[in-house]
Amino acid sequence: MKEPTPSFFKAVFAIAHKDLAAEFRSRELLSAMLVFSMLVILIFNFALELDVKVRQSVTAGVLWTTFAFAGTLGLNRSMAVEKDRGCMDGLLLAPVDRSAIFFGKAISNLAFMLVVEAIVIPLYAMLYNETRIFQWEFLGVLLLGSIGYISVGTLLSAMSVQTRTRDVLLPILLFPVAVPVLLASVKASGGIVAGLPFEEILAPLNLLIVYDVIFLATSFMIFDYVVEE
Amino acid sequence: MQSKPMALTILDVLSIIGIGVATYFALVYAPTEAVMGNVQRVFYFHVGTAWVGLVGFVVAAVSGIVYLVTKDMRWDRFEVAAVEVSTMFFFITIVLGSIWARPAWNTWWTWDPRLTTAAVTELIYIAYFMLRAGIEEPEKRARFGAVYALLGGLSAPITFMVIRLFRTIHPVVVGTASAEAQGGFDMSGDMLTSMFVSLGAFTILFVSLMWHRIRLGGLEEKVEELKLKVSM
Repeated sequence: MKEPTPSFFKAVFAIAHKDLAAEFRSRELLSAMLVFSMLVILIFNFALELDVKVRQSVTAGVLWTTFAFAGTLGLNRSMAVEKDRGCMDGLLLAPVDRSAIFFGKAISNLAFMLVVEAIVIPLYAMLYNETRIFQWEFLGVLLLGSIGYISVGTLLSAMSVQTRTRDVLLPILLFPVAVPVLLASVKASGGIVAGLPFEEILAPLNLLIVYDVIFLATSFMIFDYVVEE
Repeated sequence: MQSKPMALTILDVLSIIGIGVATYFALVYAPTEAVMGNVQRVFYFHVGTAWVGLVGFVVAAVSGIVYLVTKDMRWDRFEVAAVEVSTMFFFITIVLGSIWARPAWNTWWTWDPRLTTAAVTELIYIAYFMLRAGIEEPEKRARFGAVYALLGGLSAPITFMVIRLFRTIHPVVVGTASAEAQGGFDMSGDMLTSMFVSLGAFTILFVSLMWHRIRLGGLEEKVEELKLKVSM
Protein backbone atom coordinates (compact mmCIF):
# COMPACT_ATOMS: atom_id res chain seq x y z
CA MET A 1 0.00 0.00 0.00
CA LYS A 2 1.18 3.49 -0.68
CA GLU A 3 2.12 5.79 2.13
CA PRO A 4 -0.94 7.97 2.92
CA THR A 5 0.94 11.09 4.02
CA PRO A 6 3.71 12.35 1.76
CA SER A 7 7.03 13.22 3.29
CA PHE A 8 7.62 16.74 4.55
CA PHE A 9 10.21 17.63 1.95
CA LYS A 10 8.12 16.25 -0.87
CA ALA A 11 5.25 18.50 0.24
CA VAL A 12 7.50 21.55 0.48
CA PHE A 13 8.89 20.80 -2.95
CA ALA A 14 5.43 20.26 -4.44
CA ILE A 15 4.16 23.63 -3.21
CA ALA A 16 7.23 25.51 -4.38
CA HIS A 17 7.12 23.67 -7.70
CA LYS A 18 3.45 24.57 -8.21
CA ASP A 19 4.19 28.27 -7.65
CA LEU A 20 7.22 28.29 -9.88
CA ALA A 21 5.46 26.39 -12.66
CA ALA A 22 2.47 28.74 -12.56
CA GLU A 23 4.78 31.72 -12.64
CA PHE A 24 6.89 30.26 -15.40
CA ARG A 25 3.76 29.97 -17.56
CA SER A 26 2.22 33.36 -16.87
CA ARG A 27 5.28 35.45 -15.91
CA GLU A 28 2.86 37.97 -14.42
CA LEU A 29 4.57 38.44 -11.11
CA LEU A 30 8.19 38.45 -12.21
CA SER A 31 7.61 40.92 -15.01
CA ALA A 32 5.73 43.24 -12.64
CA MET A 33 8.47 43.02 -10.03
CA LEU A 34 11.16 43.66 -12.63
CA VAL A 35 9.51 46.65 -14.24
CA PHE A 36 8.77 48.04 -10.81
CA SER A 37 12.42 47.63 -9.78
CA MET A 38 13.56 49.44 -12.89
CA LEU A 39 11.21 52.30 -12.15
CA VAL A 40 12.41 52.61 -8.57
CA ILE A 41 16.02 52.78 -9.72
CA LEU A 42 15.08 55.32 -12.36
CA ILE A 43 13.44 57.49 -9.73
CA PHE A 44 16.40 57.13 -7.40
CA ASN A 45 18.69 58.11 -10.23
CA PHE A 46 17.12 61.54 -10.44
CA ALA A 47 16.03 61.94 -6.83
CA LEU A 48 19.52 61.31 -5.51
CA GLU A 49 21.50 62.48 -8.56
CA LEU A 50 23.47 59.25 -8.67
CA ASP A 51 26.79 60.63 -9.87
CA VAL A 52 30.07 58.86 -9.22
CA LYS A 53 30.66 60.35 -5.80
CA VAL A 54 27.16 59.77 -4.43
CA ARG A 55 27.03 56.26 -5.84
CA GLN A 56 29.95 55.22 -3.71
CA SER A 57 27.93 55.60 -0.54
CA VAL A 58 24.36 54.90 -1.60
CA THR A 59 24.59 51.90 -3.95
CA ALA A 60 23.75 49.41 -1.20
CA GLY A 61 20.88 51.54 0.06
CA VAL A 62 19.36 52.05 -3.38
CA LEU A 63 19.54 48.36 -4.21
CA TRP A 64 18.06 47.22 -0.89
CA THR A 65 15.23 49.72 -1.02
CA THR A 66 14.42 48.53 -4.51
CA PHE A 67 14.43 44.87 -3.49
CA ALA A 68 12.35 45.55 -0.39
CA PHE A 69 9.68 47.35 -2.43
CA ALA A 70 9.67 44.77 -5.20
CA GLY A 71 9.60 42.07 -2.53
CA THR A 72 6.34 43.30 -0.99
CA LEU A 73 4.81 43.30 -4.44
CA GLY A 74 5.73 39.64 -4.87
CA LEU A 75 4.72 38.61 -1.36
CA ASN A 76 1.32 40.23 -1.68
CA ARG A 77 0.60 38.63 -5.01
CA SER A 78 1.77 35.17 -4.10
CA MET A 79 -0.55 34.98 -1.09
CA ALA A 80 -3.44 36.76 -2.82
CA VAL A 81 -3.63 34.08 -5.54
CA GLU A 82 -3.93 31.43 -2.84
CA LYS A 83 -6.72 33.30 -1.14
CA ASP A 84 -8.68 34.37 -4.19
CA ARG A 85 -10.13 31.11 -5.43
CA GLY A 86 -9.95 29.20 -2.18
CA CYS A 87 -6.63 27.56 -3.05
CA MET A 88 -5.49 28.12 0.51
CA ASP A 89 -8.34 25.98 1.84
CA GLY A 90 -7.25 23.24 -0.51
CA LEU A 91 -3.70 23.47 0.70
CA LEU A 92 -4.85 23.40 4.30
CA LEU A 93 -6.91 20.28 3.65
CA ALA A 94 -3.86 18.43 2.36
CA PRO A 95 -2.64 15.87 4.88
CA VAL A 96 0.74 17.50 5.41
CA ASP A 97 2.25 19.49 8.20
CA ARG A 98 1.19 23.14 7.94
CA SER A 99 4.78 24.32 8.16
CA ALA A 100 5.38 22.56 4.83
CA ILE A 101 3.04 25.15 3.31
CA PHE A 102 5.09 27.90 4.90
CA PHE A 103 8.38 26.56 3.60
CA GLY A 104 6.95 25.91 0.15
CA LYS A 105 5.62 29.46 -0.14
CA ALA A 106 8.80 30.89 1.35
CA ILE A 107 10.97 29.02 -1.16
CA SER A 108 8.96 30.18 -4.15
CA ASN A 109 8.90 33.76 -2.81
CA LEU A 110 12.64 33.62 -2.27
CA ALA A 111 13.11 32.29 -5.78
CA PHE A 112 11.15 35.23 -7.26
CA MET A 113 13.13 37.71 -5.25
CA LEU A 114 16.44 36.12 -6.23
CA VAL A 115 15.48 36.14 -9.91
CA VAL A 116 14.69 39.84 -9.69
CA GLU A 117 17.99 40.46 -7.93
CA ALA A 118 19.86 38.38 -10.51
CA ILE A 119 18.53 40.63 -13.27
CA VAL A 120 18.62 43.99 -11.47
CA ILE A 121 22.18 43.65 -10.13
CA PRO A 122 23.90 43.17 -13.52
CA LEU A 123 21.72 45.89 -14.97
CA TYR A 124 22.68 48.28 -12.18
CA ALA A 125 26.32 47.36 -12.69
CA MET A 126 26.00 48.08 -16.39
CA LEU A 127 24.12 51.37 -15.98
CA TYR A 128 26.50 52.76 -13.40
CA ASN A 129 29.71 50.94 -14.26
CA GLU A 130 29.73 49.51 -10.76
CA THR A 131 31.61 46.19 -10.87
CA ARG A 132 32.32 46.02 -7.16
CA ILE A 133 28.91 44.49 -6.54
CA PHE A 134 30.05 41.28 -8.25
CA GLN A 135 31.83 39.93 -5.19
CA TRP A 136 31.02 36.69 -3.44
CA GLU A 137 30.61 38.50 -0.15
CA PHE A 138 28.12 40.93 -1.67
CA LEU A 139 26.09 38.14 -3.19
CA GLY A 140 26.21 36.23 0.10
CA VAL A 141 24.82 39.21 1.98
CA LEU A 142 22.15 39.54 -0.69
CA LEU A 143 21.12 35.92 -0.12
CA LEU A 144 21.11 36.19 3.69
CA GLY A 145 19.14 39.43 3.61
CA SER A 146 16.60 38.01 1.20
CA ILE A 147 16.11 34.92 3.36
CA GLY A 148 15.38 37.02 6.44
CA TYR A 149 13.10 39.39 4.57
CA ILE A 150 11.16 36.59 2.89
CA SER A 151 10.79 34.45 6.01
CA VAL A 152 9.05 37.15 8.01
CA GLY A 153 7.35 38.49 4.87
CA THR A 154 5.75 35.16 3.99
CA LEU A 155 4.31 34.88 7.49
CA LEU A 156 2.98 38.43 7.50
CA SER A 157 1.55 38.23 3.99
CA ALA A 158 -0.39 35.13 5.05
CA MET A 159 -1.86 37.33 7.77
CA SER A 160 -2.47 40.47 5.75
CA VAL A 161 -4.42 38.73 2.96
CA GLN A 162 -6.97 37.67 5.55
CA THR A 163 -7.69 41.22 6.69
CA ARG A 164 -10.06 43.78 5.27
CA THR A 165 -7.32 46.15 4.06
CA ARG A 166 -5.25 43.34 2.45
CA ASP A 167 -2.44 44.63 0.19
CA VAL A 168 -2.27 48.00 1.86
CA LEU A 169 -1.47 46.43 5.18
CA LEU A 170 1.52 44.26 4.23
CA PRO A 171 4.21 46.95 3.94
CA ILE A 172 2.94 48.60 7.12
CA LEU A 173 3.25 45.33 9.00
CA LEU A 174 6.41 44.15 7.33
CA PHE A 175 8.72 47.15 7.18
CA PRO A 176 9.00 47.96 10.90
CA VAL A 177 9.61 44.30 11.74
CA ALA A 178 12.07 43.92 8.86
CA VAL A 179 14.06 47.03 9.77
CA PRO A 180 16.91 45.02 11.33
CA VAL A 181 17.40 42.81 8.29
CA LEU A 182 17.32 45.75 5.86
CA LEU A 183 19.68 47.91 7.91
CA ALA A 184 22.14 45.09 8.58
CA SER A 185 22.14 44.20 4.88
CA VAL A 186 22.70 47.79 3.84
CA LYS A 187 25.51 48.14 6.36
CA ALA A 188 27.20 44.89 5.31
CA SER A 189 26.85 45.31 1.55
CA GLY A 190 27.74 48.99 1.78
CA GLY A 191 30.95 48.01 3.55
CA ILE A 192 31.76 45.51 0.83
CA VAL A 193 31.22 48.04 -1.94
CA ALA A 194 33.40 50.53 -0.07
CA GLY A 195 36.12 47.90 0.07
CA LEU A 196 36.33 47.59 3.86
CA PRO A 197 38.22 44.60 5.30
CA PHE A 198 36.08 41.56 6.10
CA GLU A 199 36.39 42.02 9.89
CA GLU A 200 34.53 45.33 9.65
CA ILE A 201 31.45 43.84 8.05
CA LEU A 202 31.44 40.87 10.41
CA ALA A 203 29.23 42.60 13.00
CA PRO A 204 26.27 43.35 10.67
CA LEU A 205 26.79 39.96 9.04
CA ASN A 206 26.47 38.19 12.39
CA LEU A 207 23.30 40.11 13.23
CA LEU A 208 21.92 39.21 9.81
CA ILE A 209 22.50 35.53 10.51
CA VAL A 210 20.99 35.85 14.00
CA TYR A 211 17.91 37.53 12.53
CA ASP A 212 17.56 34.86 9.84
CA VAL A 213 17.75 32.02 12.35
CA ILE A 214 15.37 33.61 14.86
CA PHE A 215 12.75 34.60 12.33
CA LEU A 216 12.88 31.41 10.28
CA ALA A 217 12.40 29.42 13.47
CA THR A 218 9.63 31.67 14.80
CA SER A 219 7.75 31.82 11.51
CA PHE A 220 8.02 28.06 11.21
CA MET A 221 6.56 27.62 14.69
CA ILE A 222 3.72 30.13 14.49
CA PHE A 223 2.62 29.74 10.88
CA ASP A 224 0.05 27.22 12.17
CA TYR A 225 -1.71 29.93 14.13
CA VAL A 226 -1.87 32.23 11.14
CA VAL A 227 -3.64 29.88 8.74
CA GLU A 228 -5.91 27.89 11.03
CA GLU A 229 -9.60 28.39 10.41
CA MET B 1 -20.32 43.56 34.92
CA GLN B 2 -19.25 43.67 38.53
CA SER B 3 -18.75 47.07 40.12
CA LYS B 4 -15.31 48.60 40.34
CA PRO B 5 -13.16 46.56 42.70
CA MET B 6 -11.87 48.17 45.88
CA ALA B 7 -8.26 47.42 45.02
CA LEU B 8 -8.56 49.35 41.77
CA THR B 9 -9.96 52.39 43.55
CA ILE B 10 -7.02 52.27 45.95
CA LEU B 11 -4.64 51.97 42.99
CA ASP B 12 -6.25 55.00 41.34
CA VAL B 13 -5.80 57.09 44.45
CA LEU B 14 -2.25 55.82 44.90
CA SER B 15 -1.30 56.66 41.32
CA ILE B 16 -2.64 60.21 41.64
CA ILE B 17 -0.66 60.70 44.85
CA GLY B 18 2.35 58.95 43.30
CA ILE B 19 2.46 61.23 40.26
CA GLY B 20 2.08 64.25 42.56
CA VAL B 21 4.98 63.11 44.71
CA ALA B 22 7.10 62.30 41.65
CA THR B 23 6.41 65.77 40.27
CA TYR B 24 7.56 67.28 43.56
CA PHE B 25 10.71 65.16 43.54
CA ALA B 26 11.49 66.02 39.92
CA LEU B 27 10.82 69.74 40.11
CA VAL B 28 11.80 70.66 43.70
CA TYR B 29 13.66 67.93 45.53
CA ALA B 30 16.19 66.94 42.87
CA PRO B 31 19.20 69.24 42.58
CA THR B 32 19.63 71.30 39.43
CA GLU B 33 22.07 69.66 37.04
CA ALA B 34 25.28 71.67 36.70
CA VAL B 35 25.67 71.83 32.91
CA MET B 36 22.18 71.50 31.48
CA GLY B 37 20.28 73.31 34.20
CA ASN B 38 16.58 72.93 34.84
CA VAL B 39 15.76 71.26 31.54
CA GLN B 40 17.43 68.12 32.83
CA ARG B 41 14.49 67.71 35.22
CA VAL B 42 12.50 66.29 32.32
CA PHE B 43 14.75 63.28 32.69
CA TYR B 44 12.82 61.84 35.65
CA PHE B 45 9.57 61.54 33.76
CA HIS B 46 11.40 60.57 30.59
CA VAL B 47 12.89 57.52 32.30
CA GLY B 48 9.66 56.78 34.17
CA THR B 49 7.51 56.65 31.04
CA ALA B 50 10.17 54.81 29.05
CA TRP B 51 10.35 52.16 31.76
CA VAL B 52 6.63 51.39 31.80
CA GLY B 53 6.54 51.62 28.02
CA LEU B 54 9.15 48.90 27.70
CA VAL B 55 7.62 46.75 30.44
CA GLY B 56 4.30 46.93 28.63
CA PHE B 57 5.77 45.68 25.38
CA VAL B 58 7.43 42.74 27.08
CA VAL B 59 4.16 41.99 28.88
CA ALA B 60 2.34 42.14 25.53
CA ALA B 61 4.73 39.74 23.81
CA VAL B 62 4.55 37.28 26.70
CA SER B 63 0.75 37.41 26.95
CA GLY B 64 0.66 36.93 23.17
CA ILE B 65 2.51 33.65 23.60
CA VAL B 66 0.27 32.63 26.50
CA TYR B 67 -2.81 33.42 24.39
CA LEU B 68 -1.57 31.29 21.48
CA VAL B 69 -1.04 28.37 23.86
CA THR B 70 -4.19 28.66 25.98
CA LYS B 71 -6.62 30.37 23.52
CA ASP B 72 -8.14 32.17 26.48
CA MET B 73 -9.64 35.54 25.48
CA ARG B 74 -8.64 37.07 28.81
CA TRP B 75 -5.02 37.02 27.69
CA ASP B 76 -5.95 38.84 24.52
CA ARG B 77 -7.54 41.61 26.58
CA PHE B 78 -4.43 41.68 28.73
CA GLU B 79 -2.25 42.03 25.63
CA VAL B 80 -4.31 44.80 24.04
CA ALA B 81 -4.32 46.69 27.33
CA ALA B 82 -0.55 46.41 27.62
CA VAL B 83 0.10 47.53 24.03
CA GLU B 84 -2.36 50.39 24.18
CA VAL B 85 -1.14 51.87 27.45
CA SER B 86 2.50 51.35 26.50
CA THR B 87 2.13 52.94 23.10
CA MET B 88 0.83 56.07 24.80
CA PHE B 89 3.58 56.09 27.42
CA PHE B 90 6.21 55.47 24.78
CA PHE B 91 4.91 58.36 22.76
CA ILE B 92 5.19 60.58 25.85
CA THR B 93 8.76 59.32 26.31
CA ILE B 94 9.67 60.33 22.78
CA VAL B 95 8.11 63.77 23.17
CA LEU B 96 9.82 64.38 26.53
CA GLY B 97 13.11 63.14 25.10
CA SER B 98 12.72 65.55 22.21
CA ILE B 99 12.16 68.43 24.62
CA TRP B 100 15.33 67.45 26.45
CA ALA B 101 17.33 66.86 23.27
CA ARG B 102 16.69 70.33 21.87
CA PRO B 103 18.85 72.14 24.48
CA ALA B 104 21.19 69.21 25.25
CA TRP B 105 22.03 68.10 21.70
CA ASN B 106 20.82 71.19 19.90
CA THR B 107 18.37 69.17 17.84
CA TRP B 108 14.85 67.79 18.29
CA TRP B 109 15.74 64.48 16.79
CA THR B 110 18.76 62.42 15.84
CA TRP B 111 19.01 58.91 14.39
CA ASP B 112 20.62 57.40 17.40
CA PRO B 113 20.02 53.70 18.28
CA ARG B 114 17.66 54.38 21.16
CA LEU B 115 15.73 57.06 19.32
CA THR B 116 15.49 55.00 16.16
CA THR B 117 14.50 51.88 18.06
CA ALA B 118 11.87 53.88 19.94
CA ALA B 119 10.47 55.22 16.66
CA VAL B 120 10.44 51.79 15.01
CA THR B 121 8.84 50.19 18.08
CA GLU B 122 6.17 52.86 18.11
CA LEU B 123 5.52 52.17 14.42
CA ILE B 124 5.28 48.43 15.08
CA TYR B 125 2.56 49.01 17.65
CA ILE B 126 0.69 51.44 15.44
CA ALA B 127 0.78 48.71 12.79
CA TYR B 128 -0.51 46.34 15.47
CA PHE B 129 -3.64 48.44 15.88
CA MET B 130 -4.11 48.74 12.13
CA LEU B 131 -3.89 44.98 11.84
CA ARG B 132 -6.48 44.47 14.56
CA ALA B 133 -8.77 47.08 13.03
CA GLY B 134 -8.82 45.14 9.76
CA ILE B 135 -10.21 41.92 11.22
CA GLU B 136 -13.79 41.39 12.32
CA GLU B 137 -13.77 37.97 13.95
CA PRO B 138 -12.67 38.40 17.57
CA GLU B 139 -10.89 35.05 17.68
CA LYS B 140 -8.86 35.71 14.54
CA ARG B 141 -8.13 39.25 15.67
CA ALA B 142 -6.74 37.91 18.92
CA ARG B 143 -4.65 35.28 17.15
CA PHE B 144 -3.11 37.69 14.64
CA GLY B 145 -2.56 40.30 17.32
CA ALA B 146 -0.68 37.79 19.44
CA VAL B 147 1.51 36.73 16.51
CA TYR B 148 2.36 40.30 15.63
CA ALA B 149 3.04 41.33 19.23
CA LEU B 150 5.44 38.42 19.45
CA LEU B 151 7.22 39.34 16.18
CA GLY B 152 7.48 42.97 17.28
CA GLY B 153 8.90 42.00 20.64
CA LEU B 154 11.52 39.84 18.91
CA SER B 155 12.61 42.35 16.31
CA ALA B 156 12.91 45.43 18.55
CA PRO B 157 16.07 44.28 20.40
CA ILE B 158 17.73 43.27 17.11
CA THR B 159 16.86 46.67 15.66
CA PHE B 160 18.64 48.23 18.61
CA MET B 161 21.74 46.10 18.12
CA VAL B 162 21.87 46.81 14.39
CA ILE B 163 21.56 50.57 14.72
CA ARG B 164 24.24 50.57 17.41
CA LEU B 165 26.59 49.68 14.54
CA PHE B 166 25.80 53.01 12.98
CA ARG B 167 26.29 55.62 15.75
CA THR B 168 25.24 56.82 19.20
CA ILE B 169 25.17 59.96 21.32
CA HIS B 170 22.43 58.96 23.77
CA PRO B 171 23.62 58.76 27.40
CA VAL B 172 23.46 55.39 29.13
CA VAL B 173 21.67 55.65 32.46
CA VAL B 174 22.75 52.38 33.99
CA GLY B 175 26.39 51.54 33.29
CA THR B 176 29.66 53.34 32.96
CA ALA B 177 29.50 55.28 29.73
CA SER B 178 27.10 57.79 31.30
CA ALA B 179 29.18 60.91 31.61
CA GLU B 180 31.09 60.40 28.40
CA ALA B 181 28.14 60.60 26.07
CA GLN B 182 26.99 64.03 25.04
CA GLY B 183 24.25 65.22 27.36
CA GLY B 184 25.16 62.59 29.92
CA PHE B 185 25.76 63.41 33.55
CA ASP B 186 26.76 61.77 36.83
CA MET B 187 23.81 61.29 39.10
CA SER B 188 23.97 62.43 42.69
CA GLY B 189 22.16 60.54 45.44
CA ASP B 190 19.17 62.90 45.41
CA MET B 191 18.85 62.55 41.66
CA LEU B 192 18.86 58.78 41.98
CA THR B 193 16.16 58.95 44.67
CA SER B 194 14.01 61.16 42.44
CA MET B 195 14.47 58.78 39.55
CA PHE B 196 13.33 55.80 41.59
CA VAL B 197 10.36 57.73 42.98
CA SER B 198 9.34 58.51 39.42
CA LEU B 199 9.84 54.88 38.34
CA GLY B 200 7.65 53.73 41.22
CA ALA B 201 4.94 56.30 40.54
CA PHE B 202 4.73 55.44 36.86
CA THR B 203 4.66 51.73 37.59
CA ILE B 204 1.62 52.20 39.85
CA LEU B 205 -0.05 54.41 37.26
CA PHE B 206 0.68 51.85 34.57
CA VAL B 207 -0.84 48.97 36.54
CA SER B 208 -3.90 51.03 37.31
CA LEU B 209 -4.40 52.13 33.70
CA MET B 210 -3.90 48.60 32.46
CA TRP B 211 -6.48 47.30 34.88
CA HIS B 212 -8.97 49.89 33.65
CA ARG B 213 -8.26 48.94 30.06
CA ILE B 214 -8.72 45.24 30.77
CA ARG B 215 -12.10 45.96 32.36
CA LEU B 216 -12.99 48.07 29.37
CA GLY B 217 -12.03 45.16 27.11
CA GLY B 218 -14.43 42.96 29.02
CA LEU B 219 -17.20 45.49 28.56
CA GLU B 220 -16.47 45.77 24.85
CA GLU B 221 -16.85 42.05 24.51
CA LYS B 222 -20.16 42.15 26.33
CA VAL B 223 -21.45 44.91 24.06
CA GLU B 224 -20.46 42.91 21.01
CA GLU B 225 -22.32 39.88 22.36
CA LEU B 226 -25.43 41.96 23.08
CA LYS B 227 -25.36 43.48 19.61
CA LEU B 228 -25.19 40.01 18.13
CA LYS B 229 -28.14 38.94 20.24
CA VAL B 230 -30.22 41.93 19.14
CA SER B 231 -29.48 41.42 15.45
CA MET B 232 -30.50 37.76 15.57
